[in-house]
Amino acid sequence: MAFPLYLPGDDPGPSFAELLRRSRGAPPTPSGPVAEVTHGTTVVALRYAEGVVMAGDRRATSGNLISHRSMEKVFPADRHSGVAIAGAAGPAVEMVQLFQLQLEHYEKVEGVELSLEGKANQLSLMVRNNLPAALQGMMVVPVFAGYDVRRGVGRLFQYDITGGRYEESDFATTGSGRLHAGTVVKLGYRDGISRDDALDLAISALFQAADEDSATGGPDLVRGIYPTMATITAEGFERIEEDQVAERFRRLVERLSTPEGTASVGATPTMGDQGMRP
Amino acid sequence: MPFYVSPEQVMKDRADYARKGIARGRSLVAASYEGGILLCAENPSSRLRKISEIYDRIAFAGVGKYNEFDQLRIAGIRAADLKGYAYSREDVDARSLANNYAQILGQIFTHEMKPLEVEILVAEVGPAPADDRLFHLLYDGTVVDESRFTVLGGEAEAIAERLARSFEDGLDGLDQRAVLRASTAALAGDDRVLSGRELEVAVLERQGARRAFRRLSAEVLSELLAG
Repeated sequence: MAFPLYLPGDDPGPSFAELLRRSRGAPPTPSGPVAEVTHGTTVVALRYAEGVVMAGDRRATSGNLISHRSMEKVFPADRHSGVAIAGAAGPAVEMVQLFQLQLEHYEKVEGVELSLEGKANQLSLMVRNNLPAALQGMMVVPVFAGYDVRRGVGRLFQYDITGGRYEESDFATTGSGRLHAGTVVKLGYRDGISRDDALDLAISALFQAADEDSATGGPDLVRGIYPTMATITAEGFERIEEDQVAERFRRLVERLSTPEGTASVGATPTMGDQGMRP
Repeated sequence: MPFYVSPEQVMKDRADYARKGIARGRSLVAASYEGGILLCAENPSSRLRKISEIYDRIAFAGVGKYNEFDQLRIAGIRAADLKGYAYSREDVDARSLANNYAQILGQIFTHEMKPLEVEILVAEVGPAPADDRLFHLLYDGTVVDESRFTVLGGEAEAIAERLARSFEDGLDGLDQRAVLRASTAALAGDDRVLSGRELEVAVLERQGARRAFRRLSAEVLSELLAG
């Protein structure tokens, strides 16, 4: 690898993607449809009082088969932002990696962080560059969320495959289960929702999406695999511990599996107390 | 009629030129201690930086002509990020970066009209102080692999002498505050006192996050230097 020293007129600036193009050229675009691409599915992001919650299921599918059970779809982009992906797994993970590097590279070269808006635009460009591959079946549609340290609020951005960037005020979803997940969040959302409620709402959204969409994975109690969740606040990106996610799922499943009307108040039946059973 | 100039004379002239350029700027100190590596520069500007992050555990420092070492700094960031992307983050190391810098500096010193008027440092923090790397590069591409501490700049010898005196009993057991105070005192000399505003200080922290580089703000510096 040649040492990347450029003449002033030829300098790639603080962009890592541009630097990569100079040093190895653009990767080839497939000329025909790529069959049986591994796909990642549903992710959700919603805004709450102090920041943003991001959550994503763990399933990757190839056609009708499950190809991976513990895929990660929610990633930190830098200290104060995160990116969640849906679509063709290979290009999506590559896009995240490049995006993370792009932000860090800019920060190191320029000595200051990009604004949140600038980061969202950078991702938009990357999605746009993926359009030829998307048309061949390798679609990548991310959600970008972050805490805007200059404005002091959490912000969300949704994308389409052409790189179109749409800022959302309350929540954003993407992936095959986005309709169901989006509906659940929409119905349960209210302004200034607390962190706790926002986490439960995201969990409920993923659970319902998994219930209706075969490509979305629910909590895997057998293997102990649970959706990835994270919050982004003024303190930065923070992953929610897996046992906390598991606990929230356990409570949700408990609530859902107690049929209304049969839950008795007061009397708790025990094994030795046959007479108390309904 | 062309004049004959001996190669010795050419090299000597270039070296003198580079040394003079470097001596015009202020100096910089780096020292490895228990908690990491401390980089401390005398720098009245809070915007034009001499010290910067290159990679997770690697920092860059330069003295001399700003535009020249800044170009080298950016090239280093590029080389490190490209290498980490092509291979893996753990494959990026200070030694190969220092070699790259040495090649460039040497090449320019022998082949160009004007040598670079810079001295640079590539520092990498390791799991223990003994694993720390301090590669000090001179304007002609000479690499010096320093242990424990190094001084860059025009008055390097005098400063290194003062620093060696304060580190006589070794750097073991010294904390960040002690190392910072010794470095600042060595940079200032006997008849001046440097305040937080006149310094640019950063540390590569041994323990902690993936990116070890952290700047110390003027407020933190004043607090550490006070009392």
